[in-house]
Amino acid sequence: METSTQNLLEIKNLVKHFLIYNRGILLKTKAGEVHAVDDVSITIGRGENLGLVGESGCGKTTLGKTLMFLEEPDSGEINYDGMDMVAAFGSKDEEKIRRLRRGIQMVFQNPYTSLDPRMTIYDILCEPFIIHKHVPQKEWKERVYDLLKMVNLEEYHAERYPHEFSGGQRQRIAIARALAVDPKLIVADEPVSSLDVSIRAQILNLLTDLQEKKGLSYLYISHDLSSVRQITNRVAVMYLGKIVETSKTDEVFTKPLNPYTQALLSAIPIPDPEKNRTKIILPGEVPSATNPPPGCRFHPRCPYATELCSREEPLLREITPAHFSACHYSEKFL
Amino acid sequence: METLLEIKGLKTYFFTEAGVVKAVDGVDFQVGKDEAVGLVGESGSGKTVTGLSVFRIVPQPGKIIAGTITYEGEDLLAKSDEEMRKIRGRKISMTFQDPTTSLDPLYTVGDQLAEVIREHQKNISKKEAMEKAEKLLEMVRISEPHLRVGEYPHELSGGMKQRIAIARALASGPSLLFADEPTTNLDVTVQAQVLELIKELRETQKMSLVMITHDMGIVAEMTQRVEVLYAGMMAEVAETHSLFKNPQHPYTEALLQAVPRIDQRKTLRVIPGNIPNLINPPSGCRFHPRCPYAKDICSEKVPPLELTDNGHLTACHFWRSLSLTGT
Repeated sequence: METSTQNLLEIKNLVKHFLIYNRGILLKTKAGEVHAVDDVSITIGRGENLGLVGESGCGKTTLGKTLMFLEEPDSGEINYDGMDMVAAFGSKDEEKIRRLRRGIQMVFQNPYTSLDPRMTIYDILCEPFIIHKHVPQKEWKERVYDLLKMVNLEEYHAERYPHEFSGGQRQRIAIARALAVDPKLIVADEPVSSLDVSIRAQILNLLTDLQEKKGLSYLYISHDLSSVRQITNRVAVMYLGKIVETSKTDEVFTKPLNPYTQALLSAIPIPDPEKNRTKIILPGEVPSATNPPPGCRFHPRCPYATELCSREEPLLREITPAHFSACHYSEKFL
Repeated sequence: METLLEIKGLKTYFFTEAGVVKAVDGVDFQVGKDEAVGLVGESGSGKTVTGLSVFRIVPQPGKIIAGTITYEGEDLLAKSDEEMRKIRGRKISMTFQDPTTSLDPLYTVGDQLAEVIREHQKNISKKEAMEKAEKLLEMVRISEPHLRVGEYPHELSGGMKQRIAIARALASGPSLLFADEPTTNLDVTVQAQVLELIKELRETQKMSLVMITHDMGIVAEMTQRVEVLYAGMMAEVAETHSLFKNPQHPYTEALLQAVPRIDQRKTLRVIPGNIPNLINPPSGCRFHPRCPYAKDICSEKVPPLELTDNGHLTACHFWRSLSLTGT
């Protein structure tokens, strides 16, 4: 019944809206709807690192949470390793859900809040074994040491508590915890954003090493485009709940076909004083996802917008082979 | 170039229960007229505390214990509190990293701007101050300023709040602005807007700038000269272009090699270890436990700050023999 498809993860037409209520004395009435994820389709291949980029409020974190069923999607399909996740989670079959969760693990932005301060590193790393029962107890110690080694920490670190570690080390512990259940896919949500610049390279290189050694796939969620360029194979750019452009990483960074991607790329300062580029300065800020603009959601800030853009929503189209962009005028940028 | 601000041998320590934190431990820093200088470092490098020291607003239990700070030839450390109040805002101003906490949530934007204006121009009426506040908002490119003056900070986006913080800093026409990580909490497209605004204001207001940041990209884009701090001490000072092309300190090199770039994919060099604890900083050169070139002398002797052949100031025992890679 379960067939192995070529892609590890396939998401089709995923929708997640959040309702906002006015709370009255007796009744609560609907005040609006946040279109956090709106008809998003993405795939992640085996051993592939997909970067999901966008500014705050674009829905990238919600998308990450939805595919792990930390948020239940309103509609759409999620296929993981040939299994229909929506059906599996809907079945309320605890055993099945636990098995699915073993396959996908998450690493969060802030390692200061994602590790329990009252547990030793040994306990933190053993907790997955207790939950998933996939490692016999007599092997725990050995496995914990293996995990620590994998993330370049020492055996004696197992006896310590999170507060004894620096931010970079804590993030490595969080990665080790994710690896404890032998996942195939790791959702890494801004894993280096809260770290100092001299520490970020340690984590980025570690993620790439693990991808190569263990054949891991990633959904790397970040607003830091430089790190996305560095470690991902493919990129999806999100704006107000929609994917606006997706292709191979180098292709997106060198030949962006969507005006939003172009502006985003030109906005990043390059650490080289000889690179003097003309910047595209967008007016305004990302509008609220409660009332997204009609037509193309980017049109109020877009330098190329025409009347058509305010009227008709552009579909994500294949402009050049394997390079998709949702803009009426993508061909202009070829 | 005429020197505007000169800091010499600054030491600012924090006397905590756990011990003395040597946050700034002998830092020299200079800003010339019309100059934009970057003050670069990671958390705990002392860049923000250096800024706070200039304004004499180092929070408890911190204290400036040594050094001189002169502004246009006047010794700021010898000023009375009353005299210092007149210098802050009018001559030198600072914007802080997080505009959400640096604006008062209980007052409207207009009130907060008018307060600063009236502090420095005692004879101005409240109405005139409000009109000036609107002008300031216009200057930092906020749309519909007549409506915005009546709004509270929570009604505004992060980018707008940072613009207002900048407007407030510029309210009394300072000749030097300290911008402490002004875009760290902002989205990239908004960051570009704020950086562009600061560049413009530097031109139109004839203002010097100290950009406090950890982002080498912002340094490359915004400054003419850079001072790199590490663990409360100076690592290297140089013209921006020269610093990026020919770094003369291993820490500068490491920073340039460890940061990913949007325009290329490269091998990231990992800087091993962590930022040191400043209660008990490493002996000798504070970077030595993480430095790939370190030898015995580095842990024994603090390297003196020396002038290199290409005009950098560097604090490394081996700058003569090392050939370091820039960008």
